[in-house]
Amino acid sequence: MTTAIILLIVVLGSVLFNMLSPWWFTDIASNWGSIDFAVFVTFWICGVAFVLVGLFMVYAIWKYRRRDGQRAAYEPENKRLEWWLTIVTTVGVVGMLAPGLVVWEEYVDVPDEAAQLEVVGQQWNWSYRLPGEDGLLGAADARRITADNPFGLDPEDPTSHDDVLIAQATLHLPIDRPVKVLLRSKDVLHDFYVPEFRAKMDAVPGMISYFWFTPTKAGTYEVLCAELCGVGHHTMRGTVVVNEREDYEAWLGSQQTFGDTLTRPAGDVAAGQAAYVVCAACHGAQAEGNVALNAPKLTGQSAWYLRRQIAAYKQGLRGTHEDDEFGRQMAPMVATLFDRTAVENVIAYIHSLPDNPAPATVSGDVARGQALYRGCVVCHRADGSGSHGTLAPRLAGMTDWYMAQQLHNFQAGIRGHLMEDTLGRQMVLMSKQLHGDEAIDDVVAYINTL
Amino acid sequence: MAVEAQVPYQEAIEVHHPHSWITKYWFSQDHKVIAIQYGITAIGVGLVALALSALMRLQLGFPDTFDFIDPEAYYQFITMHGMIMVIYLLTALLLGGFGNYLIPLMCGARDMVFPFVNMISYHVYFLSVIVLLASYFVPGGPTGAGWTLYPPQAILEGTPGVDWGILTMLGSLAIFIVAFTMGGLNYVTTILQARTRGMTLMRMPLSVWGIFMATVLGLLAFPALFVSAIMMLLDKTIGTSFFMPAISSIGETLDYSGGSPLLFQHLFWFFGHPEVYIVALPAFGIVSDLISTHARKNIFGYRMMVWAIVAIGVLSFIVWAHHMYVSGMHPWFGFFFATTTLIIAVPTAIKVYNWTLTLWRANIHLTVPMLFAIAFVITFVMGGITGLFLGNVIVDVPLSDTYFVVAHFHMVMGVAPILVIFGAIYHWYPKMTGKMLNDTLGHIHFWVTFLGTYIIYYPMHYLGFVGVPRRYFANGDMAIIDSSVEMLNQTITVAALIVGIFQAVFIWNLIYSYFRGKDSGHNPWKATTLEWQTPETPPRHGNWEDKKLPTVHRWAYDYSVPGEEDDFVPQTAPQTGSQPAT
Repeated sequence: MTTAIILLIVVLGSVLFNMLSPWWFTDIASNWGSIDFAVFVTFWICGVAFVLVGLFMVYAIWKYRRRDGQRAAYEPENKRLEWWLTIVTTVGVVGMLAPGLVVWEEYVDVPDEAAQLEVVGQQWNWSYRLPGEDGLLGAADARRITADNPFGLDPEDPTSHDDVLIAQATLHLPIDRPVKVLLRSKDVLHDFYVPEFRAKMDAVPGMISYFWFTPTKAGTYEVLCAELCGVGHHTMRGTVVVNEREDYEAWLGSQQTFGDTLTRPAGDVAAGQAAYVVCAACHGAQAEGNVALNAPKLTGQSAWYLRRQIAAYKQGLRGTHEDDEFGRQMAPMVATLFDRTAVENVIAYIHSLPDNPAPATVSGDVARGQALYRGCVVCHRADGSGSHGTLAPRLAGMTDWYMAQQLHNFQAGIRGHLMEDTLGRQMVLMSKQLHGDEAIDDVVAYINTL
Repeated sequence: MAVEAQVPYQEAIEVHHPHSWITKYWFSQDHKVIAIQYGITAIGVGLVALALSALMRLQLGFPDTFDFIDPEAYYQFITMHGMIMVIYLLTALLLGGFGNYLIPLMCGARDMVFPFVNMISYHVYFLSVIVLLASYFVPGGPTGAGWTLYPPQAILEGTPGVDWGILTMLGSLAIFIVAFTMGGLNYVTTILQARTRGMTLMRMPLSVWGIFMATVLGLLAFPALFVSAIMMLLDKTIGTSFFMPAISSIGETLDYSGGSPLLFQHLFWFFGHPEVYIVALPAFGIVSDLISTHARKNIFGYRMMVWAIVAIGVLSFIVWAHHMYVSGMHPWFGFFFATTTLIIAVPTAIKVYNWTLTLWRANIHLTVPMLFAIAFVITFVMGGITGLFLGNVIVDVPLSDTYFVVAHFHMVMGVAPILVIFGAIYHWYPKMTGKMLNDTLGHIHFWVTFLGTYIIYYPMHYLGFVGVPRRYFANGDMAIIDSSVEMLNQTITVAALIVGIFQAVFIWNLIYSYFRGKDSGHNPWKATTLEWQTPETPPRHGNWEDKKLPTVHRWAYDYSVPGEEDDFVPQTAPQTGSQPAT
């Protein structure tokens, strides 16, 4: 009796949980309402089957529970009943499968007017490429990837020159235009997944996979990686901003093409020296950093990283949080580097300066720091030299109090608080493995020994 | 009848009894000892996997709390947990454990056909477990590639255990497959060749049918895993490119070229999907026998049940790519594999109907094994219908790689078979030891396990509906979730810890009852099958009296036969004219 009642509670409780649950699909933001419909059909057919089987069992367990003098019936088979149940089940299965396959056919069949978009996955970042005016994506090959050619494009291929490269994880899309997403990976499996779009697909190295969708709702959506891709899997985030057409065109116009990156001006050291005068006030004449003015050392940091940080300040990804006092001091400064040439010049000048290790000012438990640094190794490398492959800056020999300060900022949500700042958000997730100020000091103290 | 006239060849064989402790309990050739060796080893390593799951749940429920759980450790937990549970616990316990114990006894044989090979099988299995656990003692620890071990990730930097852990994992799997093959050939041969007089195939208990079909699946499916393990070892150690295309890993261009990550996935799931049924079919068979025995009623639709087992076994080889709908394989595969996958739902549903219809007009004894059997049916129905979501290709698209998948496969091939294993242990422990397991402890264990796992996994499906991705060390500020998801994760963690801790009740019961349990007698459940008709309990080496194997006269399900005084008639009882012939 008790058993039957508890089982009844399990069955009815499941139904009740479903009715009261606050957890359900996000509001859809793409054309794939038909996927939601297929889920709905499957949900109801399966849900009814579960409740019927469950209630039948509960009833049987209550009705035919052991009683004195009771004897079970002897009924080895019942052909009619068995056939009947087989037919009902088959009808239910067809009822789910048929609409499912119809929608799958839509999913497979990309409309002719769909625009191409290449999504590139790598450990642990997303980047994107658009075909440019010729409508063709140039050939790409993982073997051509370098710090200056992160997409691995072929400079000899004329179709690649007008390809628009979005070497960061924020992508804009125009509303109501179908996109065919071509997926590529540099290293391991990834999966481009925006829950609100419903659609997803793996990116597989060595081949190109695809799916399509039409964004139907303006807004900002988070990209997640849905295929285990190593220790940073959970930090592999991106952003899709769905814009009205005009806003999209404005954004697109501000992006660089592969041709632009090929013609990146070579930095002029002398011109850079002149521009650096502004920076020298805080960062020091030798770009060695100055703790009193909260300015970190710049020498020894790689060009691509300096370039990206200057861009981040310009885009407002850094130096905009109200508690980020020093970042806010820096933000207006980058405006003095008003174009690409100025940026390249100043970077060239910084690279002409002597690179001496910054003085150690943070002390801590080096042994514990070494253990904690295990979580940093893959991106920042065992020797702390950083890697363009993981977009991770050099740490060894750089300013230690600045690293500690930035780790605090990441943890406190002062840096990496914006959805579009995916690399910052990555560090927010990673920095939270350091529990407490001591842990931060310990790991920085270890970095000082590298 | 011709079959009954045949003298089973084992009847004439002299049984060589062991004399020393070593040959009796360690290097034993007795299938019952080997079964218990398999059982204890599998449960032991399963407890390791249970502890790992507790650590995972701590991280998921309370992220940023524990210093000793970093992403590397977390991914090592999930990998080892998954592989141990699927291969080294479930497969080993259901086939190596119950297969070994039940096949000769239920078929009326003295032992397996090749007892020596059977002994070697266990020791090779034991070696595979040692190599697997050695992963925790090699530099860098075990692999954290996930139990699917997908390349290129599994053998590239950025995945834990890439230097040594992946080697011990692949090596251990290869060794396990050798062990399984030796055991599996024995099980199949014994069932086909060593059944006693009168034990026709269509009189075999469903337990034997399930184990038989699962073993056939294993013998055909494990080679695919074996070759993929060897090929990946070569990719890793000598730089071949079976699964490795041209890759730029962490800023460096590697020397690989031309391999296919999808090839591995096809090979892996060509093994991996039948593997689900390698675990499920023995559970199906055993639970049929538990339900019939404790409901005191014949299993409903025996012939249909047998054909369903065979049909599921055959179909299970042509559904594998439903694990790969969003893998980037050619999308037309989706039509084929969705269709085959949903077809397999029909024989599976028939089995569920027949279990529930066996309860109809029965005389249900709610013993502990029966409670576990009923809980299995509920859990399996939940896990089965959610499988229809994921099998229906387009419905899989939003749900794949989310917690819906985690909830689904834990329900259907984690909790459901484990419930059967518990039920089976409560059911056959008396035959193995001559003692009954303690009933009160059994009830506590049952209710906490059944309700606890339901509370863990049922709500987890809803995390998947929200879209929360699986295999995330931490969610952080994810746009699609709010604090209610954290609350749910904490609830699940608490439930998981309670269920985990209460397994100690079960372990204690096994030990306590062995010394203090009530004597069971030969046939405490009044069951019909041959293992309950042995002259001794526990059965001696050789199982039956010298030179005399039992003769079978009827099917395994003569419960509550009209006109009979008792509500069961053993398979050894001769037919009388008035009874329904089968």
